[in-house]
Amino acid sequence: MPPVLSIKNLTKTYASGLCALKNINLAIDKGEIFALLGPNGAGKTTLISIVCGIVTASEGQVLAGGHDIVSGYRAARSMIGLVPQELATDTFETVWATVTLSRGLFGRRRDPGYVEKVLRDLSLWDKRNDRIMTLSGGMKRRVMIAKALAHEPEILFLDEPTAGVDVELRRDMWTMVRGLRERGVTIILTTHYIEEAEEMADRIGVISKGELILVEDKATLMKKLGKKQLTLQLLEPMGAIPAGLSRWPLALRSEGHELEYSFDAGGDRGDIPALLRTMGELGIGYKDLNTRQSSLEDIFVSLVSERAGHAGGAEARS
Amino acid sequence: MSGLTFNRRGVWAIYCFEMARFKRTLLQSLVTPVISTALYFVVFGSAIGTRMSQVGGVPYAAFIVPGLIMLSLFTESLSNASFGIYFPKFVGTIYELLSAPISSSEIVLAYVGAAASKSILLGLVILGTAALFVPIHILHPLWMIAFLVLTAANFSLFGFITGIWAKNFDQLQFIPMLVITPLTFLGGAFYSIDMLPPAWRTVTLFNPVVYLISGFRWAFYGTSDVGVGISLGMTLGFFALCLALVAWIFRTGYRLKN
Repeated sequence: MPPVLSIKNLTKTYASGLCALKNINLAIDKGEIFALLGPNGAGKTTLISIVCGIVTASEGQVLAGGHDIVSGYRAARSMIGLVPQELATDTFETVWATVTLSRGLFGRRRDPGYVEKVLRDLSLWDKRNDRIMTLSGGMKRRVMIAKALAHEPEILFLDEPTAGVDVELRRDMWTMVRGLRERGVTIILTTHYIEEAEEMADRIGVISKGELILVEDKATLMKKLGKKQLTLQLLEPMGAIPAGLSRWPLALRSEGHELEYSFDAGGDRGDIPALLRTMGELGIGYKDLNTRQSSLEDIFVSLVSERAGHAGGAEARS
Repeated sequence: MSGLTFNRRGVWAIYCFEMARFKRTLLQSLVTPVISTALYFVVFGSAIGTRMSQVGGVPYAAFIVPGLIMLSLFTESLSNASFGIYFPKFVGTIYELLSAPISSSEIVLAYVGAAASKSILLGLVILGTAALFVPIHILHPLWMIAFLVLTAANFSLFGFITGIWAKNFDQLQFIPMLVITPLTFLGGAFYSIDMLPPAWRTVTLFNPVVYLISGFRWAFYGTSDVGVGISLGMTLGFFALCLALVAWIFRTGYRLKN
């Protein structure tokens, strides 16, 4: 099956000379949840804005459902819904009016029943006749999601959907995203909350300084780059690591009270029993132990800082 | 959806949305101009008009009616249309318009259509108000309507351009306050330009508003400062100029897109 969204050699240089995106290539499959990670100013919002028609690309091509976003913009944009990062609402209008407008703008027939369903799903039904300016920030965020869903998009962009959002709304949002995916909607989200990507995404792309530096299945990424750590709390503090344990990459922590062993999640797991056995033979006792798998956050930070190490330079704006 | 060539639902949605705002502010939208029209009648019609008797065979109070309607038509079309497109830019909701499957000409049609509809309605209300003060007869009703619609469309289009150009509310006020009001007052809204000294009369002919008011007044009373054909030509010419400017704005993304 061809990808639902295909981005080829996409480059964006702003009038100021700032190169926000450098030769981006990306294909998104139908029905997947794709998380785009990257520090502030990496180019995430620029990428989304180009696909949605808000920013004009300098070079390259984007196809949505096989339709070119420039020459076939009507068909392409009809498929796409966008929840932008900034809260921008028609403050003087009612929730109902603004969501109805969105549906019409995208060329859809009036359907009060569908709009009602969207509003109910987002717990906005009771607020339908309220002016948007009377709503709380979280409610306004829900209104923006309702607007994006009003025309039944097949591809949904969520630009930092949970930034500054309370726990309840974040949970609702995750439930909604899963529900949409079950209906075959493709979801592309950008986020700072790495646990969000870890929890939700099927695939992860990391963007830094306008370059897509990595695209990988989340599971593969975790396996490939994930580190595991075994920490042993020792009965007696140790001054130095005994020569008998030099086979393992060990480090002493907490002034010798803890022994830390780092290893690749996929690789030499079998060494733990051997390490513990050897420690027993050497008479090193421990009272507790725990293991920890490095999170996507660790992976992300190490990736980005690794790049920054040899790239350097100024921050790109998003 | 792929066969969509004209997004009529999108145009209609914007039109209804804009008209709903008008309905919500109906009181200030209609009452203010009606009151100011009444004031003009008291000041110009009763106070000055009694000393002026007739202009070109028309009682002065009746003579100023087309000019008064035009004055409101200019300012209302301009402010409605400029605000209509400036506000989404200001609050950021323009993102939705730019990401919707709607062409630039459809956006213009919807916004300019709504702004023009409002000011045409308003023009008719002022005409009705004026009829309470002076007997009015319209010699060429169809031409009157044609000039009314064309002028409303013209200034709404001009207002749309101002709304896109404006970077702040001051700039939004700038054009109506500093350009339109003086041009209208100097454009023969309250007098016939024949009453001016010859030198000033020539200067006045560079004011496009003269042609609009003159044509509109001709539709009422059959007398005009300049030929009706020239009036119509100037109106259409101005319209074409605005259309070209809008086309350029959307082609380049001027102040809309990066």
